Amino acid sequence: MAEKHASYYVPAQSPWPIVGAIGLGLIAFGAGHTVLDVSKQQEGYGSTVLSAGLVVIAVMLFGWFRDQINESMRGLYSDQLGNSYRQGMAWFIFSEVMFFAAFFGALFYARMVAVPWLGGASNNAMTNEVLWPTFDAIWPLVKTPGGTETQAMGWYGLPLINTAILVTSSFTCHFAHMGLEKGKRGQLKLFLGLTIILGAIFLYLQGAEYVHAYHELGLTLQSGVYGNTFYLLTGFHGMHVTLGTLMLIIMFLRILKGHFSADNHFAFQATSWYWHFVDAVWIALFVIVYVL
Amino acid sequence: MSTAVGDIHHDHHHHKPSGITRWLFTTNHKDIGSLYLWFSFLMFLTGGAMAMVIRAELFQPGLQLVEPHFFNQMTTVHGLIMVFGAVMPAFTGLANWMIPMMIGAPDMALPRMNNWSFWILPFAFAILLSSLFMPGGGPAFGWTFYAPLSTTYSPDSTALFVFSIHIMGISSIMGAINVIVTIMNMRAPGMNYMKMPLFVWTWFITAFLLIAVMPVLAGAVTMVLTDKYFGTSFFDAAGGGDPVMFQHIFWFFGHPEVYIMILPSFGIISAIIPAFTRKRLFGYSSMVYATASIAVLSFLVWAHHMFTTGMPVFAELFFMYCTMLIAVPTGVKVFNWVATMWRGAMTFETPMLFALAFVILFTIGGFSGLMLAITPVDFQYHDTYFVVAHFHYVLVTGAIFSIMAACYYWLPKWSGHMYDEVLARWHFWLSVISVNVLFFPMHFAGLAGMPRRIPDYSVQFADINQIVSIGGFAFGLTQLLFLYIVVKCVRKGKPAPAKPWEGAEGLEWTVPSPAPYHTFETPPKID
Amino acid sequence: MKTIPVVTVGALTSVPTYAETQLNLTRGVTDISARVFDLHMTIFYICCVIGVLVFGAMFISMYLHRKSRGAKPASFHESVKVEVLWTVIPFLILVGMAIPATQTLIAMEDPSDADLTVQITGSQWKWHYKYFGHEVEYFSLLATQQEQIRNKFDKGENYLLEVDRPLVVPTGQKIRFLVTSDDVIHSWWVPDFAVKKDANPGFINEAWTRIEEPGIYRGQCAELCGKDHGFMPIVVIAKSPAEFDQWMQETEAQQRKAKEEEQRLLAMQMDKDELMDLGEKIYLANCAACHQPTGEGVPGVFPALKGSAIASKKEHLPDHIEIVVHGKSGTAMQAFGAQLSLRELAAVITYERNAWGNDTGDLVQAADVNQHMNQ
Ligand code: HEA
Ligand code: HEA
Ligand code: CUA
Ligand SMILES: [Cu+2]
Repeated sequence: MAEKHASYYVPAQSPWPIVGAIGLGLIAFGAGHTVLDVSKQQEGYGSTVLSAGLVVIAVMLFGWFRDQINESMRGLYSDQLGNSYRQGMAWFIFSEVMFFAAFFGALFYARMVAVPWLGGASNNAMTNEVLWPTFDAIWPLVKTPGGTETQAMGWYGLPLINTAILVTSSFTCHFAHMGLEKGKRGQLKLFLGLTIILGAIFLYLQGAEYVHAYHELGLTLQSGVYGNTFYLLTGFHGMHVTLGTLMLIIMFLRILKGHFSADNHFAFQATSWYWHFVDAVWIALFVIVYVL
Repeated sequence: MSTAVGDIHHDHHHHKPSGITRWLFTTNHKDIGSLYLWFSFLMFLTGGAMAMVIRAELFQPGLQLVEPHFFNQMTTVHGLIMVFGAVMPAFTGLANWMIPMMIGAPDMALPRMNNWSFWILPFAFAILLSSLFMPGGGPAFGWTFYAPLSTTYSPDSTALFVFSIHIMGISSIMGAINVIVTIMNMRAPGMNYMKMPLFVWTWFITAFLLIAVMPVLAGAVTMVLTDKYFGTSFFDAAGGGDPVMFQHIFWFFGHPEVYIMILPSFGIISAIIPAFTRKRLFGYSSMVYATASIAVLSFLVWAHHMFTTGMPVFAELFFMYCTMLIAVPTGVKVFNWVATMWRGAMTFETPMLFALAFVILFTIGGFSGLMLAITPVDFQYHDTYFVVAHFHYVLVTGAIFSIMAACYYWLPKWSGHMYDEVLARWHFWLSVISVNVLFFPMHFAGLAGMPRRIPDYSVQFADINQIVSIGGFAFGLTQLLFLYIVVKCVRKGKPAPAKPWEGAEGLEWTVPSPAPYHTFETPPKID
Repeated sequence: MKTIPVVTVGALTSVPTYAETQLNLTRGVTDISARVFDLHMTIFYICCVIGVLVFGAMFISMYLHRKSRGAKPASFHESVKVEVLWTVIPFLILVGMAIPATQTLIAMEDPSDADLTVQITGSQWKWHYKYFGHEVEYFSLLATQQEQIRNKFDKGENYLLEVDRPLVVPTGQKIRFLVTSDDVIHSWWVPDFAVKKDANPGFINEAWTRIEEPGIYRGQCAELCGKDHGFMPIVVIAKSPAEFDQWMQETEAQQRKAKEEEQRLLAMQMDKDELMDLGEKIYLANCAACHQPTGEGVPGVFPALKGSAIASKKEHLPDHIEIVVHGKSGTAMQAFGAQLSLRELAAVITYERNAWGNDTGDLVQAADVNQHMNQ
């Protein structure tokens, strides 16, 4: 035992974390001021700071990963560190699940509690009678108590196609992973490439769906809780798909450079977990937001 | 850096880096722990200074020092800074210092991320504090930022508040992931779960709570942002939303959050009491189970902050019962501590003094918590100084006292010097007296009907508030003594032996004081 | 709602009369509040007993089992038996507490079969009361003078707990409150009734009370609602049913007359001085809290009126009337059309258009406002 643990590896000092902290600081400060500037329709330094922050983060990611990859390629890492990374990634994904849970919770509450109460359910008879006498509780909420009207988004058509695409991409991702583990680089590249393409198509169709919603259905971010939950859930999901696709692309490039081996590929594994997670969120979304 | 990676790996065993980059680039859990602790103390002073503004304004009825709008900013930012800036980072600092040493690991599992988690904090709080100087001022809607006061009716700077909370959350989540992974993955051989010190256990569970609820807070602030700036109506009935929905989401985070601020304290107290009674902790395993049950229950009680919002009766009953239940596992802990003391051989050094004060005063805070849990009576207590008294008992004489106990207990290990015991006892006695003058009378003010978050009050509360303020100033000044004691101890003092406390147990006492820069590069033997 | 009858303030008494300091919860004046009080005392005593036992054991062992007294540590460190015991006993105590708590709660949450219904609407920073089944509704604002708050005058006995128009209710009848809000969340709280209900914008919460004793009962807003949260008290006067009926009739008549008066005034033209004088008074009472007495607002929170386009450009007159009358949704700007008389609206708008260097010279008359409202 002592043998094995004598190889505890403590990474050396690194400038990247603090660069990352500066980057996040700039992003937070910049984003705050950007929102302010936009809402007051004024010129300001918000977006400049925000962009600077994004650049810093990009540099940080690049530098940090480069060091990390170099260290890993030099065989400095122990199995234990690999485990730490894996577990870390798993808990990170758990935190993401909880982030989505907040919005699913909001959807659940709006649909099962707020809207029925506005319609007079539970101990709220007077709410409806006195404050919103013309309001009928229905879901999707195509007419808000305030009178904003919209149309509901159906589940067939684009959303269904998108579901098929993402589910397929989960499989292709898995096949790619199997290829890697069996040492079949051809299979790996093929299926990974396919996954990326599917991800991109998904994003494109999602964009098309938004255009359709805005222009033909009048379903906007401002059309009451139905639109709010719809856009925030699908929007944050879309951002995660974008991130996932970027990660897949980086994996693809690294694979082209010959990185990863059958038993040492944490980065690839993390990416694939992430992809499956994004996929699982979509299925929940599809069922809860669109179908039900 | 990258060119030197291999070399550094090789020679960091021998000497530690120096200069400013030691702190900026560090991957050492002890350095990061110290950074966290100092940062937390700085925030404690900042938040404390705001509390002093509050207490000065409330010294007499009438408006004397500050305008109501500024007063609300002080209340809000005081709460935010103390919760997110003082208590949580202090615990993370302790976790950084102690967990690796307690489980026989050389460092945290993910040392670079560790550094990142820390350095986010100064930026986050700088942004939060900067908003106070913007036109319209900083957040003025209470640390609970209820919508729509925090959306439609909030100052312009709200966007900065939102994003600073976001990055604080990122920091906390990364910190928590690090703790969990360290505990799961870095224990020395033989250190199985049921042998871990309780501090490690309580932090393990705390970290889980953090990962589960910080993202929910992120969700809540995001909805505040879109409601305020992008026209959504999550919290607006006209769009089919509900302001009370905000409270549900917030307290789903907020209640576990308050246990995040107390569970590590339980761990600290469970280390200190046995050490100074020279007797093993009573009921180790029931302590672990009790902590876990508190954590589980904490997800089922959030709406006890919302009894007056008009929930249906069955919901009120459900949350009342669940809340009351928490008294059971917490009671188990208190009883176990008392049983540990029973027939021990006690001495009363400063860490022990703080620990004993913790047990009594935290329990008093727990009792008022239980009273608050009784829904029909909470209708009277809610949003009065009775609540303020409750949570300062659990937070100040609970969390903060336990942090001070921990500092005195481990300072010899950290600095290699003994602190000045005489001054430390002065610090303790002055604190424990003034803190009760500060917070105990608040119970009466609340019962007599004084609402919280008001800059001015009717004359019947004048006497009580004067006493409270005097206690507050005294307690505040006393904390400067603490600063002095710590600085003095870090710089010089009687050299500390490896194990300065006769009855202390745990791996941290097997290494010299100060603990070498790298500990346990070969794992210790555990029997 | 014309001139606001300011209820006596304590400015006359020169010595601040600090009321006797109360230390415990009030027993209140309703059956429910008494039950709540008893519940409070019961739990309190239970906690005291547990506290004495736990802290007692602690102090005994701190005294007896000190090293300096030569104590030798024992070695026991667990006992399933006592641990089960101290899990089960607290649990049973809690069950004992939960039973009366549940009964009281269920009684409190049953507003059915009320004799009188009052809708209570909070807004920044005043209360509005509307009696169902009667044509009576009015606002209720803090009556304490600014000079007392600013420590220029001595504080009266009911400092901060006095309003211009209290809510009046009958004794012995079940009164149902429908609590809601126009802007942020407030909370309507009168300790003597043990009623505290949040006023949530867009929703109505129900509460009820049955007051046994005639008297004056005071409370405060209990939810942070912005800058003047500390300055929105509640005063309830409970009268015997006969006196209440009489009050109700008088008030109904008064309000009807006020409305007629309003119509009559439409024909009247006020001159500039008259408008400006009245306007200033109304402004200070209703608008200055946000826009500030100087008209400069609070940058970043409340917009300035001084020099603003809407208040200083002639062509924006209709917009100005519109925003004062109907408010601006999504902001703190309320619809004052519901709160002020036509004459008062006209005066305050005139004032805003001619004060602090806003010299449009516009004179707005009640008829202009009326015309705008009827468009
Ligand atoms: C460290 C933080 C902390 C801790 C540990 C607690 C612990 C508890 N809290 Fe507290 N609480 C806060 C921080 C904390 N709280 C804060 C910050 C707020 C206000 C937030 C805001 O609005 O700003 C708050 C508010 C708050 C409320 C809302 C009040 C209101 O706004 O109306 C309630 C209501 O139920 C409550 C209940 C409890 C209970 C039942 C416990 C229990 O965990 C206590 C259990 C402990 C004991 C009971 C003592 C020991 C037990 C025994 C000796 C056993 C035997 C005892 C019996 C059988 C009685 N708390
Ligand atoms: C861990 C958390 C924590 C801690 C440690 C404290 C510490 C203190 N708190 Fe606070 N408090 C909260 C968490 C905390 N509080 C929260 C969450 C709220 C609710 C906010 C809300 O309503 O939204 C609150 C609200 C709150 C209020 C109610 C405000 C209101 O409702 O309007 C008051 C009023 O007295 C108060 C007072 C104090 C005081 C006097 C201290 C003291 O213990 C502080 C002592 C420390 C110092 C004073 C610093 C050290 C000394 C110096 C910097 C030197 C200068 C000293 C002098 C000039 C004397 N706090
Ligand atoms: Cu209205 Cu507080
Ligand atoms: Cu709670």
